[in-house]
Amino acid sequence: MIAIIQYNAGNVCSVRNALQRLGCESVVTDDPRIIRKARKVILPGVGEAASAMRYLKEKGLDRVLVCLEQPVLGICLGLQLMCRSTQEGNTLCMGLFDTEAERLPQQGRVPHMGWNNFEGLRGPLFEGVQLSDDVYYAHSYFALPCDRTVAVCRYIVPFSAALQRDNFYATQFHPEKSGGVGEVVLKNFLKL
Amino acid sequence: MLKKRIIPCLDIRDGRTVKGVHFVDIRDAGDPVELVRQYVRQGADELVFLDITATVEKRKTLTRLVKRIAEQISIPFTVGGGISSVQDVSALIRAGADKVSVNSAAVMRPELIGEIAREFGSQCVVVAVDTKRVNGEWVVYVHGGRTPVAVRTLDWVRQACEAGAGEVLLTSMDHDGTREGFALDITQKVCEAVPVPVIASGGAGRAEHFATLFRETAATGGLAAGIFHYGDLTIEELKQYLKTQNIQVR
Repeated sequence: MIAIIQYNAGNVCSVRNALQRLGCESVVTDDPRIIRKARKVILPGVGEAASAMRYLKEKGLDRVLVCLEQPVLGICLGLQLMCRSTQEGNTLCMGLFDTEAERLPQQGRVPHMGWNNFEGLRGPLFEGVQLSDDVYYAHSYFALPCDRTVAVCRYIVPFSAALQRDNFYATQFHPEKSGGVGEVVLKNFLKL
Repeated sequence: MLKKRIIPCLDIRDGRTVKGVHFVDIRDAGDPVELVRQYVRQGADELVFLDITATVEKRKTLTRLVKRIAEQISIPFTVGGGISSVQDVSALIRAGADKVSVNSAAVMRPELIGEIAREFGSQCVVVAVDTKRVNGEWVVYVHGGRTPVAVRTLDWVRQACEAGAGEVLLTSMDHDGTREGFALDITQKVCEAVPVPVIASGGAGRAEHFATLFRETAATGGLAAGIFHYGDLTIEELKQYLKTQNIQVR
């Protein structure tokens, strides 16, 4: 069973639909017992960092998440919440990735919204994905590239399109909304 | 590189797709779910659903239709029409919408934009603006283009972005349904006035109109309805053409 973490504003529904289209059953939950037992865990992300982090803390899920040993995938805001901190609401995050999320500088249109490709693809998430493939982004904050960066996207600045450390994976783009390419990434995660 | 987006819009009334010419004289253009499947296959980058009767007839957007669509498609979509509270937004997001567009209710009560942005993030809030030139001045219309308000379009889009809008969807009522091309001047002025992505709507009749839009304005997306619904131009054909014009599309 795949556990999708339920939190106040997360767009859990699209992740669940995407998994369903891949023939994969999932449960949307904020129950630590179910999350610990799940085969894989997804932290989706549509929302605002400070309130999302507050909710995770209230439920004690921040501590549950960092201790998980099964594959975990953070998406969009989920990626930022897995960093040390984010400028959005000056929020202290879970620190799974040793980098920070900042606001995209206003030298271009913010939010970064739409289909963009990436470079420097590494690791199992991107098996079968080409550099010229486009995926869907919708975000105003980004994680600075670091040694855990496994894909880089360029929009105004280069930023982490994906991060990975041990069993923790995260994408700034939305694989659940990225058509066929997104399905490949999700399938790769499900295969781990 | 960030690609220019091609966005088919489905105007929904009573669960069916319709397309207004100058916002009146509505013709039936088919089953939304069927159209959606077709558009995704053809390479649409995003979809917009507008429940065009929602505000006027005080109906709420068809949450059930949104749910059905969300189950079937793997690209982002925006839902608008009659949204006037965070509760409305919450119901649509729960049903599977990625973004919502607000129009009349935000003009009447601009704080609505901030309320939604604080709860769901700016990237979730599209401010849809219907505009028309009156005595040489572009002004805002509400209630599906039926009611003019004494607000200049450029003032409104600036205010909307300060309040937290993540995107502006600009429809020129003068161009909508004419198929003579997008309203380039006001689109570019809006692009210059706001820091967020701008989607132009109204007037698309040929592939060249999209090329001109992307060449002459900073719009990041072009939206159309009728031209796609009736099969005059497929999204696939349009994108192939744009590639020959060195415009970056997916």
